[in-house]
Amino acid sequence: MTTLEEVQTRVHVPLVQPRLPRQAPGIVGVIAIAFGGLLLVLGTGLVGSVIIGAIAFLVVLPVWSLVIEGRRGATDRLMTGLIWTSFGIAVVPLVSLIWRVISKGAGRIDGTFLSYSFFKTQIDQPVGVYHAIIGTLLITLGAAIISVPVGVMAAIYLVEYGKGNKLAKAITFLVDVMTGIPSIVAGLFAFALFTLIFGPAYVSGIGGSVALSLLMIPIVVRATEEMLMLVPDDLREAAYALGTPKWKTIVRIVLPTALGGILTGVTLAISRVIGETAPLLLIAGATDRTNMNLFDGAMTTLPVLIYGQNLRGDAPAEAIAWGAAFILIVIVMVLNLAARIIGKIFAPKKG
Amino acid sequence: MTAPTAEVEDASANWAKARAGVGDKIFAGTALAAGCVILAALAGVFIFLAIKGASGFTKPAEVYGPHAESFLGYVVPLLIGTFTASIIALIIAVPLAFGIALVISHYAPRWVAAPVAYVIDLLAAVPSVVYGLWGAFFLAKQLVPMHVWLHENLGPIPLVGNLFGEPNPAGRSVLTAGIVLAIMILPIITAITREVFSRTPRLHEEAALALGATRWEMVRMTVFPYARSGMVSAVMLGLGRALGETMAVTMVLSVGFDLSWNIIATSSPTSIAANIALKYKERSADLLNVLVATGLVLFLMTFLVNFIARWIVGRSERRMAR
Repeated sequence: MTTLEEVQTRVHVPLVQPRLPRQAPGIVGVIAIAFGGLLLVLGTGLVGSVIIGAIAFLVVLPVWSLVIEGRRGATDRLMTGLIWTSFGIAVVPLVSLIWRVISKGAGRIDGTFLSYSFFKTQIDQPVGVYHAIIGTLLITLGAAIISVPVGVMAAIYLVEYGKGNKLAKAITFLVDVMTGIPSIVAGLFAFALFTLIFGPAYVSGIGGSVALSLLMIPIVVRATEEMLMLVPDDLREAAYALGTPKWKTIVRIVLPTALGGILTGVTLAISRVIGETAPLLLIAGATDRTNMNLFDGAMTTLPVLIYGQNLRGDAPAEAIAWGAAFILIVIVMVLNLAARIIGKIFAPKKG
Repeated sequence: MTAPTAEVEDASANWAKARAGVGDKIFAGTALAAGCVILAALAGVFIFLAIKGASGFTKPAEVYGPHAESFLGYVVPLLIGTFTASIIALIIAVPLAFGIALVISHYAPRWVAAPVAYVIDLLAAVPSVVYGLWGAFFLAKQLVPMHVWLHENLGPIPLVGNLFGEPNPAGRSVLTAGIVLAIMILPIITAITREVFSRTPRLHEEAALALGATRWEMVRMTVFPYARSGMVSAVMLGLGRALGETMAVTMVLSVGFDLSWNIIATSSPTSIAANIALKYKERSADLLNVLVATGLVLFLMTFLVNFIARWIVGRSERRMAR
């Protein structure tokens, strides 16, 4: 009789560790939100309540888990919570920044803001950022004209001709290092180059283009290189077998196949440099007039204009700065979107 | 019979060479030239900065302005300012970036991971001047209570308290600049660590899970050891970005020359890049030379940091390929 009882007690040894119910994080989450909400009602600020609510969640769930699941389970719960929290923290500034720019900037945008420059011919003429939009577009266009051929040809050398020789390896490595050049150093380079050639106090849009292309070339090379490597060797070999010269194979077969990816890369590169400020401060200068000539005289771009208005710091200047920032963000986002659409359109068709 | 065949082969070889030779040579030459342009550009950066900045190292004492007498005295506070802001940025950004990378690579289901990655890429797309504007007009004001709180609560603690002395009333401190920098370098660190995390061999992960590891233990035992060198180089690349970033520091920080441990001070030394952006307007030839010289120091420093980072990546890639 006693043996049977013993057996029965032994059978009750659990084979799995006790686990929290599946809904545990949800339950604790609701409690934490309720707790935060209560603090908010009681008068703690919004930021404070959110922080305290998050901490409450990060404490309660691991402690509960520690009691039931043991130390390892608790560590896992804690780290999972922390890792998701880190994502939440990163989203806050992005949302805050976008919301600020839209709420402060969108209202400033109208026809006059887009079509007038800072240069006043009459005392009561409205001001706008037309000159800066033109400057941004021209200088970035100049940078693209310099860096796209150089970048694409260099990538062709790396993939089609260099194929692992020492020079190609050195270029690949240095291109990687070049992506980390501070933008202000690129500006100083253009400044040093142009003032040595054309004398001191030289400013022009093309100097800005040169500085930006120094930042843009590595991005273009990396994007093109990756796309060219994706082109299957079968295509190249089929072309060679038909007696096509190598350069014609590259121009007619390889480049069209990789075109979508290259265009995407170039668009992203443009969106990266279009918001650069520091190099243009040094070499492109700033002006109130609309300057259409890249090779002569100062040229204002949107980022430089924003910086200038920030320096002035009064209320109308701040409004103009937010308006210009809104336009700049819209341009960058449109370029990013365009890059994605181009990538979709030109994506190699399957089957 | 043999002679004509040889002749035909010979002729066809010649024909191919004649048709293809010129075009191929021109094209290959252009491609090679483009590659060399990149090398020349990089060398050119160094050479032109050196030419323009060489005299900046040894100017008469008055050029270095009211706070310094020699180039060393001029550049050291700037170096300290650069590194303080960058290190604050790294301390904030690195754990966040690793966390986000883990969310994308291991924690989130795929339909969450893709939008998350996109949101982080958006952070990278925002122009630096907009970050500066946001930091100067919005974030600095929001952080004033935090400055006061840090000063009141951590200030009295010995040693740590040195970091939190008299706070800046407008919130325009090195700490704020570092926070803005942290947001700016977050995307690059996330992008690289995400890449190496997702390359962890699936079998390692499954083996760990099969042995009863929790998810965090799996990450600690398989993902981190595999990705270690990638994580190190991601941090280095983030450091390189932070060292050279201009606008955030220029627009946020209120500049001064007080060398102290206080990271929420009213006036702290600015960074090299920000100093150039602030001073270039004076356009006095002597000062410009000095600025270019400090730019050369910055260039060499970031070059070195990036060089080491890429070297670590390259080495680990070779090791994995084997």
